[in-house]
Amino acid sequence: MAKTLKKNKPLVAKNNRPFTSPIASAIVSVIAILWTIPTFGLVVTSFRDKEAILSSGWWASFTNPSFTLANFREVLFTGGGSLGAEGMIPFAVNSLAITIPAVVLSVGFGLMAAYALAWIPFRFSDHVFYGLFALQGVPLQLSLLPLLTFFATGVELFDRQIIPPLGIVGTLAAVWFPHVMFGMPLVTYLLHNFVSALPRELLEAARVDGANHFEVFRRIVLPLSLPAIASIAIFQFLWIWNDLLVGLVFAGGTDDVAPLTLHLSNLSGSLGSKWENVAPAALFSIIIPLIVFFSLQRYFVRGLLAGSVKS
Amino acid sequence: MDPGIFLDNHPHAKFFISKGADAMTWSGLLETSLPKFGQIGAVLAIFFGFYALAFAAGSRIQGKRQNGWALALFLVPGISLAMIGLGIPAFQTFIESFKSADSSQWVGFSNYTKAAQDPDLRLAFFNTMSWVIIGPIIVTSLGLALATMLNKMKREALAKSLIFMPMAISFVGGSLIWKLMYQYQEPGAPQTGLIGQIMQSLGIPLQHLLLWSPWNNLFLIAVYVWASVGFAMVILSAAIKNIPQDIEEAASLDGASGLRLFRTVTVPMVKTTIIVVLTTSMVGTLKLFDVVRTMTGGNFKTDVLSNRMFDEHFVYFNNGRGSTLAMFIFFGVLPIIIYNIRSLRAERQH
Repeated sequence: MAKTLKKNKPLVAKNNRPFTSPIASAIVSVIAILWTIPTFGLVVTSFRDKEAILSSGWWASFTNPSFTLANFREVLFTGGGSLGAEGMIPFAVNSLAITIPAVVLSVGFGLMAAYALAWIPFRFSDHVFYGLFALQGVPLQLSLLPLLTFFATGVELFDRQIIPPLGIVGTLAAVWFPHVMFGMPLVTYLLHNFVSALPRELLEAARVDGANHFEVFRRIVLPLSLPAIASIAIFQFLWIWNDLLVGLVFAGGTDDVAPLTLHLSNLSGSLGSKWENVAPAALFSIIIPLIVFFSLQRYFVRGLLAGSVKS
Repeated sequence: MDPGIFLDNHPHAKFFISKGADAMTWSGLLETSLPKFGQIGAVLAIFFGFYALAFAAGSRIQGKRQNGWALALFLVPGISLAMIGLGIPAFQTFIESFKSADSSQWVGFSNYTKAAQDPDLRLAFFNTMSWVIIGPIIVTSLGLALATMLNKMKREALAKSLIFMPMAISFVGGSLIWKLMYQYQEPGAPQTGLIGQIMQSLGIPLQHLLLWSPWNNLFLIAVYVWASVGFAMVILSAAIKNIPQDIEEAASLDGASGLRLFRTVTVPMVKTTIIVVLTTSMVGTLKLFDVVRTMTGGNFKTDVLSNRMFDEHFVYFNNGRGSTLAMFIFFGVLPIIIYNIRSLRAERQH
């Protein structure tokens, strides 16, 4: 009897949606197409030649095709004019050099803090946790100018220099460092959700065997948390790569450290409606996050759910 | 005239352009990129090196002392970063909001009272309010509708991915994508923006959508909705799938179907998740900056608090007023923070 029940289970699971409806499918499909058209328009536009872009909409390319790679050559390699001398690639390098350290450090520090809050008993543990959670709500707008001033001038108290200027203004560190700090509350909170749900018996058994916190973290918590780490790292990657405000404030006017989004935003200001430049530039800037998204979507969704749906 | 266009058309354009710097070369790119990759490597080496040593040393500590060491190495860095980056600066901004433009004197509440009277700021307030009300309501209800319908669909993965995709695109990129959609040409001329083309085909009078106040605010909000519905949909969809099967079946046996089933079963069962999505979205719209910055720069009566705050700080260098606007954003978020902490405490005590 038990065996037949078990055998039947997959069948039940397959049929677990008794109310499939063709109308619902149709509506969702239409919305999915509508949602994709704008991006598709950008893709088509970036391959059209200048004259075609000026004289007709992108949908005209289907009846009267005139595609070219010249736009990309100009935006990526030739540069010149408002495009900046060296094209877009150096800015993509900046984005990478900002995003990678920021993701690794925020997830690393976040995981350790999450472990400490979940498994190391100490006084005020709850208060620290609530405090951190509250900081998650603080709009980063509140901290832009004070933090920039702190980087530039350090801390002075009663006319005495307590902390010297950090000397990082105008460097890549001035951009990724704020990202690490701003990401701390949310990353820690999401990882805490995961780490605190690890089976208590497992961790306690290791402790009884004589493992201390360092060993428990390295041998048990770190390997078990890899899926959560992956999803939150993707989340952070997209968030930091796509940021404009932090880049605008902390990269200042220096092209040398400006991320791709900042350069793109400047381009769209100076080029206006020169779509033969703006469209391929925009496409180039969204291509890496899109690749990350489509290849790692599963983990990404899991990460979102970890934070928002309480089991 | 746009200097870029001038350079392109100038007979000596090549000369002008190449004088500044040459076009990209692979060797030049390598030269500028290597130090940057070197920095990435250095940062990672320091981080992992330090903690490798710390763990090697730490694993020898036994007994009561280990808690202190573990807290110092695990918790203190993270908390310090959050405090230096958010906690202390937020407090400083609060103080700054009572000071003059150059932070040299105390001015009491005058930044707040002046902000309430300034017509430009009032408009920014009003626009922000519209963002916070309209955006999240559309995002949440559309997300809920999609999630419900997805639940009744057989092959949902592709549709889900496509609707979710804009989430991976930056708001700057998304804004440009929509700027292309909103392009305007004179009536009668071939339209280059899809929306304009549709309006022209349907015989609706053409409008320069981004200049058409006050409706242009809605067209900006549309970009946010487009980018954020996927998030709401995915989370609500997971919540709907968690509804126990028998509840839905029992309700449908009782004769509930369609809208009634949705209203009496689905909505109450996922209420908590709806609130999470709604509040997350409200905080998001309150802080949102990139869309307005990229599409209109706050012109044509579309300014919002966070864009205005940026301008006050970094364009007009009025620290007092910029800080005051940041505080307004904070006051908007505050009730949501309090609500969230309360529900978190209730949950932890269980």
